[in-house]
Amino acid sequence: MIRELHEKLIKGEITSVELMGKYFDAIEKGNPELNAYLTLTKDLAMEQAKRTDEKIKKGEEINLLEGIPGGIKDLIQLKDVRATGGSKILDNYIAPYDATVVNKLKEVGAVFLGKTNCDEFAMGSSGEKSAYGPTKNPHDLERVPGGTSSGSAAAVAADLAVWALGTDTGGSSRQPASFCGIVGFKPTYGRISRYGVMAAASSLEQVGILAKTVEDCAVVLSAIAGEDKMDSTTAKSSGKDYTNYLTGEVKGMKIGIVKEYQEGLNSGMKEAMQAVIKRYEKMGAEIVEIELPYAKYSLPVFYIINPCEISSNLARYDGVKYGIRINDELDSNYNPNGLTRNLLETYLDTRQYGLGAEAKRRIMLGTYALSAGYYEAYYLRAQKVRTLIRKDFEKAFEKVDLILTPTAPTPAFKIGEKIQDPLEMYLADIFTVTANIAGVPAISIPCDNKVEYEGERLPAGFQLMGKWFDEEGVLRAAHAYEVSK
Amino acid sequence: MIKKEEVKHIAELARIGLTDEEMEKYSQELSGILAWIDQLKEVDISGVEPTEHITGVKNVSRQDISHPFENREKIINLFPEEKNGYNKVKAVL
Repeated sequence: MIRELHEKLIKGEITSVELMGKYFDAIEKGNPELNAYLTLTKDLAMEQAKRTDEKIKKGEEINLLEGIPGGIKDLIQLKDVRATGGSKILDNYIAPYDATVVNKLKEVGAVFLGKTNCDEFAMGSSGEKSAYGPTKNPHDLERVPGGTSSGSAAAVAADLAVWALGTDTGGSSRQPASFCGIVGFKPTYGRISRYGVMAAASSLEQVGILAKTVEDCAVVLSAIAGEDKMDSTTAKSSGKDYTNYLTGEVKGMKIGIVKEYQEGLNSGMKEAMQAVIKRYEKMGAEIVEIELPYAKYSLPVFYIINPCEISSNLARYDGVKYGIRINDELDSNYNPNGLTRNLLETYLDTRQYGLGAEAKRRIMLGTYALSAGYYEAYYLRAQKVRTLIRKDFEKAFEKVDLILTPTAPTPAFKIGEKIQDPLEMYLADIFTVTANIAGVPAISIPCDNKVEYEGERLPAGFQLMGKWFDEEGVLRAAHAYEVSK
Repeated sequence: MIKKEEVKHIAELARIGLTDEEMEKYSQELSGILAWIDQLKEVDISGVEPTEHITGVKNVSRQDISHPFENREKIINLFPEEKNGYNKVKAVL
């Protein structure tokens, strides 16, 4: 889709300003219902679109992404624009600098439409845990769009953005992509800089990409990937054009399927997965059954590592340096009894008021697991099991190039359905978290046929996981499926 | 089982104010989640090294040089309470 729009731009069939206007019109119409955007950046978009149009007029060459409008998850900082991360505690926060990914997108001239809604500080599996209200699934407004990159997925699916950035800590780009019927990508840990992305679970998360096609995803990845001095966890690498690897061929590729994963799926998902497997066989890939014996522990490992890192990272939101401060002298609304708060009371009340239920739950869980006497039993044990899971993948990748799984156990569930039961909610990420635990690249691509679920036909995706730093292989196989229709 | 008193203690460590009702709720929820996490105890981890950095990046260092931040004013604007360019905070002592 990006390439087509790019052609139209350079041929003068449409200007970037017109394109931008078209998208803002669509947002104005669609967003009140979907709640995909929290903040719109019209002025900024207009400036960039004009620059693009002038360049085209002068006959200058432009990047594929130049002048193409997209959305940025509110967890990612865009200079001089409000960034809440979906949390009330940053309700008044204006980002003072650009995240590296934003900077890179500015360099290629991409247009930003606005900041997209998300579950608070990337915690949640449904898009229902934003302090600014739930995002809705464009395919069925009574269903969740998935999370945590809920607004990014809904915006792309409803064509309120051509592409969007999300983040992916346990499936937060892939699972909403599956629920919304689009493509969602998480790179290898360290492939994309996290500088300027609000930290939640630092050892698990990466910036993710949401797009309508695999090629679009490759275009955005080419713009934002690479080593960054400002993020010491990024891998040494030089720039690459990932679209070069989209050959449409999978002949000779070995794709692993995990036996245990086929069990326990409902009939609709099973059927969809069978069809995908058949298609890959038809295209000349070899399907190999593999084992990931420790993968079943990914979710409990995740729910130790993630809350521990969150409890530490979210300690910065204390009402002292930025964000809201519940302070008697400043706001009488929060101080009906005329209390004078001391420092401790300011902390307690700021965090009580400013953080949502899931954030508190994870901070509590992490604080408990890291408290004196429990570190070895929880965090250290989890990091050891994590090593075993990584070794599972090392072994599997001796036999296969890619691993194929469903993205989520079901299509999108109903809003409110799982909100009361945190454990059941966590299970929505069962197939996606493993890639974050192991740090491998993974993508969700919509299955051609919608899946029968609760009397409806809904989109559902399948997932391909690849070897560390083999983004090319993952994108190539995903793209081959997409164009083989 | 995480008792309510324990929840209270953890909440204090985490600097989160909780209502009585919330403490009750978190006592149940955390107990449930931890019981489910306990399945990790069945894994034999003897001799297994913990994961540090998943792709093995180690000891990345750089020169310790300070760079002036161009948007100083914007950071000051973010202070919850500002006085003469300083961040006004509660008395610590």
